[in-house]
Amino acid sequence: MNWLLVGIGGIIGALLRYQVTRLINTRFDIQFPYPTLIINITGSFLLGWFTRDLHAYFPSLGSAPMLILGVGVCGAYTTFSTFSFEAVSLFREQRELTAIAYVLISCVGGFAASAIGLYGLPAAQ
Amino acid sequence: MAYIAVAIGGFLGAILRYGVSEWLGTLNGLNIATLISNWSGCLVLGWLNTISGQFLPLSPNVRLGIGTGFIGAFTTFSTFTIDAWKLYKNGQVLASLGYILLSIVGGLILSYFGYLLAKLHMHWLERGRGGMAR
Repeated sequence: MNWLLVGIGGIIGALLRYQVTRLINTRFDIQFPYPTLIINITGSFLLGWFTRDLHAYFPSLGSAPMLILGVGVCGAYTTFSTFSFEAVSLFREQRELTAIAYVLISCVGGFAASAIGLYGLPAAQ
Repeated sequence: MAYIAVAIGGFLGAILRYGVSEWLGTLNGLNIATLISNWSGCLVLGWLNTISGQFLPLSPNVRLGIGTGFIGAFTTFSTFTIDAWKLYKNGQVLASLGYILLSIVGGLILSYFGYLLAKLHMHWLERGRGGMAR
């Protein structure tokens, strides 16, 4: 059953990522991979928060909420492969500084966001 | 149709990632499963995003389902950041830094390697076709 919960979360996460990317790309003419950056930062925050508090919100449901929302939704919503591909593409386009900035901002933003989720929010009652 | 393709890919990608993590687990607190998922996803996406439709005749929706859906959901950024914090908080500071560096540098190299592989692949196929024409 666990795999089914993760799979359902994966559907939601992948669709969210696709939709956020589409919304940003159709509304703004941008030369920087903002969609993936925003997705990875917000997803890192959410997974941090879920890791810390999800069990306290649903104490009777065991590991099911984390399997759907954490492993499934957050795991599939955020992505490492697209992030790497975009960074390498920027390098190949000779936009080295932009590529380095993208990698650094993704990491600093992602680590800060997950730290806020993990350690920075008041615990659930 | 695009949404259905992304949904099917996301379903399978997330399950495969979960399967890999259940199978491999962690090594001295180091999440080797996430590392391997992210690395292999970078390699495959680098190849898939580079190889042209001429050489890999897939409909746009199938491409979207595999690339954005499956590989996108198979790899993950959020678990990577959480894992690194857990190692750090556990006192394994060097392991945490090593994990971050291995993930990022390895991911970038494999992504570029996937790109090169696709270029080489297309070059070979092109030569094959040239030979046939003669």
